Amino acid sequence: MDLTIMMYLIPSLIMFACGVYGFITRKNLIAILISLELMLNAVDINFVVFNRFLFPGQMEGMFFTMFAIGIAAAETALAIAIIINIFRAVKSVDIREINKMKF
Amino acid sequence: MESVGNLVLYFVVAAIITIFSVMAVTSRKILRSATYLLFVLIGTAILYFQLGYEFLGAVQIAVYAGGILVLFVFSILLTAQPNDKSEKLSSHRKFMGIAAALCGVGVIAYALFSFSGFTCESLSNFMTSENEITMHKIGQALMGTEKFQYLLPFEAISVLLLACIIGSIVVARKR
Repeated sequence: MDLTIMMYLIPSLIMFACGVYGFITRKNLIAILISLELMLNAVDINFVVFNRFLFPGQMEGMFFTMFAIGIAAAETALAIAIIINIFRAVKSVDIREINKMKF
Repeated sequence: MESVGNLVLYFVVAAIITIFSVMAVTSRKILRSATYLLFVLIGTAILYFQLGYEFLGAVQIAVYAGGILVLFVFSILLTAQPNDKSEKLSSHRKFMGIAAALCGVGVIAYALFSFSGFTCESLSNFMTSENEITMHKIGQALMGTEKFQYLLPFEAISVLLLACIIGSIVVARKR
């Protein structure tokens, strides 16, 4: 049995679909952020797999993934700062209770 | 032809990724879903190791599993009450979520299986010694300004991280 390119793309497809589902159904801001991380991670896997199977002599997919990981870290830190600030103002991280921009 | 160990590793990791990513978005306790996300991220790192990207796997574990997950756990502990459970989903909302996810899966799976340009070669054919990614190659590519070298993005991302540090402090500080 061979480990083909498909066998790596299908788990990442499932991971991405889970991220979409969580992003739509979750009500907690942090849970939404977790779903977002799942989607980003699925895309990262795809970059690396395409790099390895289609262009094995190059490193572009790997560097793209590395920069994506760095930017994801920055984005998460900022998002969590915003969420904590929202929690201080509204006393909740539920998206249904965050409905005014002014406080 | 793939070695048995590689195959077993692949199936275990694929099962972990699939099961835990489903559990991470369906679990009603938020701290548990952060823990399941940790397993997914570590599984991804193992996939990177298996594909021959050791440096990337190490970055994944250090930045994602080490850094981002700790941030998540901290913010969950700061914002959630203990024994806090999210309420059950209304069937309408659940249906919308599943429909969106399935639409995405359908389109992408159709694109994957109808596209014939993929090679059917096995992973072991690509893991040759001239394709091996050494630290030397990575350092050269990150520190050069030629074609296929990445000094500018490297510097840009350092400025981005600085801006992000300052931004987080400004946003989250007490007034």
